[in-house]
Amino acid sequence: MTAILAILEQRDGALRKGAPELLAAARQLADAAGATVDAIVFGAADMAGLDGLGAAGADRVLTATHADFAQYCPDGIVATVAALAGGYRAILTAATATGKDLAPRIAARIGAPCGMDVTGLALQGDAIRVTRPVYAGKAIQTVDLAGTAVIAVRPGAIAATAAGKAGAMSAVEVPAFTRRLTVREVRAPEQATVDVAEARVVVAGGRGLGDPKHFALLEELAAVFGGDAAVGASRAVVDAGWIGHGHQVGQTGKTVAPELYFAIGVSGAIQHLAGMRTAKTIVAINRDKDAPIFKVADYGIVGDLFEVMPALTEAVKKARG
Amino acid sequence: MKIAVCIRRVPDTTAKITIAGGGTAIDPAGVKFVINPYDEFAVEAAIALKEAAGAGETVTIALGDDSVQETIRTTLAMGIDRAVHLQGTGSADGLATARVLADHLRGGGYDLILFGKLAVDDYGQQVGPMVAELLELPCATAITALEVADGSATVEREIEGGTEVATCPLPAVLTCDKGLNTPRLPGLKGIMAAKKKPLEVVPVEAAAGQATIVSLALPPERPAGRIVGEGAAAVPALIEALTSEAKVL
Repeated sequence: MTAILAILEQRDGALRKGAPELLAAARQLADAAGATVDAIVFGAADMAGLDGLGAAGADRVLTATHADFAQYCPDGIVATVAALAGGYRAILTAATATGKDLAPRIAARIGAPCGMDVTGLALQGDAIRVTRPVYAGKAIQTVDLAGTAVIAVRPGAIAATAAGKAGAMSAVEVPAFTRRLTVREVRAPEQATVDVAEARVVVAGGRGLGDPKHFALLEELAAVFGGDAAVGASRAVVDAGWIGHGHQVGQTGKTVAPELYFAIGVSGAIQHLAGMRTAKTIVAINRDKDAPIFKVADYGIVGDLFEVMPALTEAVKKARG
Repeated sequence: MKIAVCIRRVPDTTAKITIAGGGTAIDPAGVKFVINPYDEFAVEAAIALKEAAGAGETVTIALGDDSVQETIRTTLAMGIDRAVHLQGTGSADGLATARVLADHLRGGGYDLILFGKLAVDDYGQQVGPMVAELLELPCATAITALEVADGSATVEREIEGGTEVATCPLPAVLTCDKGLNTPRLPGLKGIMAAKKKPLEVVPVEAAAGQATIVSLALPPERPAGRIVGEGAAAVPALIEALTSEAKVL
């Protein structure tokens, strides 16, 4: 049987939000190969009631249950997937912190090639042809992965399709494994904020802010978008200690592809542009009309950000009702 | 405490990328090459751990052609004790590269094997965890905090919407993220000392593997945008564009 396996992530009983996208990527390959899609979920208890699983749209939903799966348990997941791998043409994870942790280990365990941060995939003869950004998006690499391939699909790269009917659930056996790494806890951030890599809207600041306290101007605009927006930052201000590295966008930070990206007082260094150039719409506000950021921005305002930002925040608030 | 740090030589992050004639690699002409920025966190962690322990050995391991020796010397200047240059080219298949490293590391008696979380050239993000699998060692990727005590490591890693705290016994393989530490700069004394530190050259050959690069291309240019105006007076025009053209509000 040819099939595509999609490893879905859950935390605290809810599927992570990338599940429909990952299943759409799996479905794309499966349709080309005349194959079916299996989803697999790992948990500590009966997962019949897992929120969102009913609408996931795989042909079959495999559940792997083990006491150690109350927390993320890479050793157990790798062992379980490796035991099933023989039946699959491709094994997909989301290119999240967890998915990127799993994919190379599964590949090494089963002797398969691994493609990370994949933004496009298709069958190519006996191989799977993937495209992926390299040099932080300054170039796009196309790679053929022969045999069973393990592929981490970048969130936001492949649109979710309307979910099909939910497949039958069946339990799979978790083989004996050695737990080498033990996750003790997952600490929530001090403020519940959306991650800059997952946000629909990113409001990013650079050296033009002049002082770390002026990130407040960005937070005010982000707040208008509710839970949809995150604050980003250039490397210069992260290195200066103005904001945590988790906010950094660019080659040594995160690569983001939000629907809307505000670059506020960001000059647009090449390594920053590389991390945000695939945003759908880019707005730049900068005092310097020759700043490189205006070359990638769809809309620019030349001016003093301290004058523009309060007006912009008010206007966006009004426009969104 | 014996610690291996596996490093890679990459183009500087500020480098402009052009594609070489064959269409599968970058043109290295005029590009400045540096130690992979994430590997610097691994180097710093190794040196700091040895300093804290008061004893032990730190070893840089790098796969590549002879140009990588310059990058190796940088790590020796920072304070690494000695180095091994695995002389040869890696594979486009991370697993083939991981096998070369694992074959060298196996039996080396390392308590910790450190990598950067990714190399900023091919963004493969796989060799470290693959080495862990091949050596059947515990592994934590993209760590932002590390404590070693009583033969075990406690690490933190950023995941979407939280921080994961995990422990594992040594020996272990860890990949390092920004935030773990602030890498030291090599001083003049270090640079002088680095010239005399042992650098062993071991010829290796990576298998072709199961991944083949078909092409490398520049991404499509973004269509030209426009300046909607100057200062706060331009805000209404921007809102209009975002509402009716881009439809993102």
